Amino acid sequence: MKKMISTTLATLTLVAALASCGNNANTSGAKESETGSSDAKTSDVSTSSATDVFKVGAIGPLTGPAAAYGISVKQGAQIAIDEINAAGGVTVGDKTYSFEMIFEDDEATEDKAIQAYNTVMDKGINVLMGAVTSGSSIAIADLTKADGIMQLTPSASAENAIKNDNAFRICFSDPEQGVAMADYMIDTLGKTKVAVIYNNADEYSTGLGQAFEEEVAAKGGTVVTSEAFATGDMDFSSQLTKIKGTDAEIIYIPAYYQDATYITKQAKEMGITLPFIGSDGWDGVLGTVTDTTTVEGAIFSAPFSASVEDDHVKTFVDAYKKAYSDAVPDQFAADGYDSIYTFKAAMEKASSIESADLIAAMTEITVNGLTGDNITFDASGAAKKEVRYVKITDGAYAYA
Amino acid sequence: MKRKLISKKNIISVAIIAVLYILIQVLINGGYLSRQMMSVIIPLCYNVIMAVSLSLIVGVLGELSLGHAAFMSIGAYSSALFTTKFELPEFIALPLALIIGGLCAAALGFIIGIPVLRLKGDYLAIVTLGFGEIIKSIFNFLPITGGSKGLSGIPIYTSYRNFGLVFLITAVIVLLIKNLLDSRHGRVFAAIRDNSIAAQATGIPVGTYKTMAFVIAAFFAGIAGVLYAHNVGILKPGNFDYNMSIEILVMVVLGGMGSIGGSIIAAVILTLLPELLRSFADYRMLLYAIVLIALMLFNNSSLKKKLIEKRQMSRQEKSEKEGE
Repeated sequence: MKKMISTTLATLTLVAALASCGNNANTSGAKESETGSSDAKTSDVSTSSATDVFKVGAIGPLTGPAAAYGISVKQGAQIAIDEINAAGGVTVGDKTYSFEMIFEDDEATEDKAIQAYNTVMDKGINVLMGAVTSGSSIAIADLTKADGIMQLTPSASAENAIKNDNAFRICFSDPEQGVAMADYMIDTLGKTKVAVIYNNADEYSTGLGQAFEEEVAAKGGTVVTSEAFATGDMDFSSQLTKIKGTDAEIIYIPAYYQDATYITKQAKEMGITLPFIGSDGWDGVLGTVTDTTTVEGAIFSAPFSASVEDDHVKTFVDAYKKAYSDAVPDQFAADGYDSIYTFKAAMEKASSIESADLIAAMTEITVNGLTGDNITFDASGAAKKEVRYVKITDGAYAYA
Repeated sequence: MKRKLISKKNIISVAIIAVLYILIQVLINGGYLSRQMMSVIIPLCYNVIMAVSLSLIVGVLGELSLGHAAFMSIGAYSSALFTTKFELPEFIALPLALIIGGLCAAALGFIIGIPVLRLKGDYLAIVTLGFGEIIKSIFNFLPITGGSKGLSGIPIYTSYRNFGLVFLITAVIVLLIKNLLDSRHGRVFAAIRDNSIAAQATGIPVGTYKTMAFVIAAFFAGIAGVLYAHNVGILKPGNFDYNMSIEILVMVVLGGMGSIGGSIIAAVILTLLPELLRSFADYRMLLYAIVLIALMLFNNSSLKKKLIEKRQMSRQEKSEKEGE
């Protein structure tokens, strides 16, 4: 019996290996016909234009701890692609293109990102959407530059993810968001003494916190105390006790909503009545707090929130819910959606599908997206859009 | 038995390596490899080094180590800091980086070697696990390593364009470890694994040898780290966590404890497999896990034993015929 099981399993393994080999043989066969040289890109483009398919290569985590981000981007982008294809595709010159996305998993690790990138390149993509995470984007930045392919990252917020001139991004960089929040706090809310609680084991939280503190100091405000915590912490009493002993007027928490939930709850228990401000990681906080009064009046910067009343957002959220069994799209999904529309705008502006022309057209386009009404791009590759603030009022999100 | 450097065994190994090298070189130059396969060549090389060096600790010495990725990260970070801070020309920077990466990892191998003298089995495994987490945390909080943002802007010296060099380094390391195992020291390692009390009774300094194995394994893991850093160009502490250590341990176990050839084959299979399974999209990692289980079962099955027996029988017959 045991022998039989192991024999069957061994056969299964063999079959799986053979099947994958067969598949691989196909792709490498296709590569051969394009001649193995690295400048086969131009022939790639002309073959795919004959079939009128515009191939968007995408890489991001579909497995592993960061999988949620990659899956959101993929699903959001797919909604945009379905919309565009259903509306008849994109007209470029006398040709009409329909979008097709090839998404490869990079597990949010840098070495896998290189392999994923080369895999999508084997499939003859026109442009690259990715990577979803910052580290992966940096790891492939020089490769996309060498290939001369347009790279648009939906959500890599590290500053040097777009250091090359062929790379653009939809989301704000971490420092941009921190600076914007500091300006908003001082100019609009009129508070100058702030306490900061940030996660020093997390790149996003640290990046925002540092930029925020620098901007507050530059604008003449004071950071009365800056308290750190680590990923997974649940007890914030020591940080909050320290803050309670200061003359802070407001508390800034650049972190994810799970952390914000614990911090705001414990703050209320300790009798701290200071207002909270946060970052886009706060989106979703109302779903995790047991008592919405703990976050009442909190304001956070948010490029996208599925819960606000807005026609454009509503259409997207409805389509998303319909396609993905009632899942609520997050900011990553909106970033993926806007990425596809950015490609569309660049194609129409450039009247071309060549990466070089698309890159040149990027600074001239305006995209009416979910994460901003009139998104434009500057020469550095950063998206220029107004920062939106969401205020929690009566237990619901609303744009401030 | 007198050992010679130019033994029959070594000549065969070198011949196999040379043939492999020519084969891959032809595939690359002829354009027969897809870009995906080319990008996987360097990970193949450093995973082989990692598996072979861990095999020295786990398979040969018989101690369970769960912190091998930490040695790799030390090699990677120390060499990357060197190449990014001193912008030397590549032909000077790379050899120096390899030496620095190896030595830094070896130094920490020596430090971890000290508790090794006192601990055994499960206890040692936990210590090495803790050691790996400590190294990860240090890289996370040191300002010079870029913290959680990672260390980026590392010059790319060991991409597949430099395949020849990376292959050479891998081959030399494999041959060195193979020869070490065939040497007097290798026999001592085996003696310690099989019965450390008996080994001690015959006058073998068990502690010294255990530390030596750790230092050597750490040195080579450090070199693998150098290759990793200069292939990827960005280092993040989170990538060198216990998951990676366990992945390498899986390679060693799959290859058969103590078998260098087996470790190499297992490293190649386990590195290639996730790439080959890409066409299955959503089911990729599920299939990977299933294949892994199947391979482990096969490794322990009577089918494999029979196959090996058969091979040995036919070998015996052959040698008998030759004897006639």
